Amino acid sequence: MEEDLHTLLRDLDALKQLPDPASIDRMRDRVVKMMGPSGAAAAATRSKIKDMSAEVVDSNPYSRLMALQRMGIVDNYERIRDYSVAIVGVGGVGSVAAEMLTRCGIGRLLLYDYDTVELANMNRLFFRPDQVGMTKTDAAVQTLSEINPDVVLESYSLNITTVKGFETFLGSLEARSSNGRSTGVDLVLSCVDNYEARMVVNQACNELRQTWMESGVSEDAVSGHIQLLVPGETACFACAPPLVVASGVDERTLKRDGVCAASLPTTMGVVAGLLVQNSLKYLLKFGQVSPYLGYNSLKDFFPTMEMRPNPQCSNPACLERQKEYMQSKPARDAAAKAKMEAEASAAIEYPVHMDNEWNISVLDDSDTATSSVQRASADILPEGLVRELPDEDSFIEPPAPASSGAIDDDLEDLQRQLDALNSS
Amino acid sequence: MEGWDKGTKSVVGEIPLLSTRAGPRDGDAWRQRLKEEYRALIAYTSVNKAKDNDWFRISAANPEGTRWEGTCWYVHNLRRYEFPLQFDIPVAYPQVAPEIELPTLDGKTHKMYRGGKICLTVHFKPLWAKNCPRFGLAHALCLGLAPWLAAEVPILVDSGMVKHKDDEAAPADAAAASGSAAAS
Ligand SMILES: [Zn+2]
Repeated sequence: MEEDLHTLLRDLDALKQLPDPASIDRMRDRVVKMMGPSGAAAAATRSKIKDMSAEVVDSNPYSRLMALQRMGIVDNYERIRDYSVAIVGVGGVGSVAAEMLTRCGIGRLLLYDYDTVELANMNRLFFRPDQVGMTKTDAAVQTLSEINPDVVLESYSLNITTVKGFETFLGSLEARSSNGRSTGVDLVLSCVDNYEARMVVNQACNELRQTWMESGVSEDAVSGHIQLLVPGETACFACAPPLVVASGVDERTLKRDGVCAASLPTTMGVVAGLLVQNSLKYLLKFGQVSPYLGYNSLKDFFPTMEMRPNPQCSNPACLERQKEYMQSKPARDAAAKAKMEAEASAAIEYPVHMDNEWNISVLDDSDTATSSVQRASADILPEGLVRELPDEDSFIEPPAPASSGAIDDDLEDLQRQLDALNSS
Repeated sequence: MEGWDKGTKSVVGEIPLLSTRAGPRDGDAWRQRLKEEYRALIAYTSVNKAKDNDWFRISAANPEGTRWEGTCWYVHNLRRYEFPLQFDIPVAYPQVAPEIELPTLDGKTHKMYRGGKICLTVHFKPLWAKNCPRFGLAHALCLGLAPWLAAEVPILVDSGMVKHKDDEAAPADAAAASGSAAAS
């Protein structure tokens, strides 16, 4: 021990003359060995990694991810470090989604939640009993930074549905990344558990022209869904009453007395997986990004569909985005045509399946894939999907408020009237 | 209007409907909406008093009218149980209803979300959605909070989770407590 420390001191002095990262790592290893089992476990955190490497060694946390690139699934996996994702709601779905993105090496994660960790959360994944009492965002940052110190983590413990929380939320989405790599975020993931908060994420993303994905698990814990929302291009969350998966359980037999909501780590884990898979496909541009994917766990049924924006949407920001999308149609058409031509010429140069020695005819399954995605019209929904809420009743706008007497009163006067009633 | 008793149905009909579709970030339109909210709350409170069914006090807790605080009470076995009441007007209001909180009951019943937000019946949200933007805070209290108190307070009291303030206080304090007016 004594001797070890002496050599360590000698090496430190040498380091003063000439900084050498490799010798720092060697010294670190020696110190960890001297610390014994418990100290070694605590010190088993890795330092940051500058470049993702595909080298298959047991010390490289990214080798299996970079293999996706070698296999041709993803063109450029390392691009994941350029992306920022905001996760709103760090509960049963959001925390797991955050862990998945962290392990994938996402560049930056912004986490929003106003709640603290409770023992009642332990039927779900991610949080540990020793984190009880911490804010969910701080507890998440603690765990995630240990798993992958390369990810830039931002923790926002606030309620986005309040006016003040919303302003902070908007500001943080717009803010520049701390390391100056990019502005704003590339994707927002809504992992909240209520309609009110989803409408708020919808409002923010419509205003900021921000693509986002919605996720949800039913209150009976046996179904869930994910949905892609591109302001102006797809239906926004206010365009139509929310679409949810019918669990197939008869409402009349569902016993709601004495409980608000049930939850299962399995359903939440599945939905988090579907959400992050769709996010990776969207960010790294591979496969087909699902516009809506439902999960009915009782029947293992996965309904899909597509939703166009509603020209009569009640959200003004959505209508503005719809107008912009219409105006950009000529530019989009030209880009699509150019892309098709480029692909066609590439196909001529490199015929696919030229050496198909087994003489198997490969069916183009893209047709069957798209036909399973149904377009939602006003009333017809694909099997297994239902509207969670009814439409607003149409009603005739009342005459201008000026004609109704009481409303002419000024606000202060009305406040006084209520105060008087309250104190009588 | 399925799922509500006759009394609730007739009272909700006496609350003036609102017309301005505006939330707390909508500037002048929100001020207009706020006037309609006051008019509806004044009418509802007056109706309750006339019917000897006064059961809440509420007032704006900030000048913008985006946060509201007050108290509500429920009479069970001839004893009055009173609870502080609070909520923020959500950014997406009135498309979404306010989430009414009873902080002193947080953790005492399953019919509550985190932070003491009451768990509304399956009937409330569809009715609110159908009647947007005509329903306001008074409607949320009448159709959301009142039925919740009627369903949950008896259970909370009978199970011992909620004690009457006279039974909670030390004997010396009890006399003072019983004499104090509940609402301010
Ligand atoms: Zn819309």
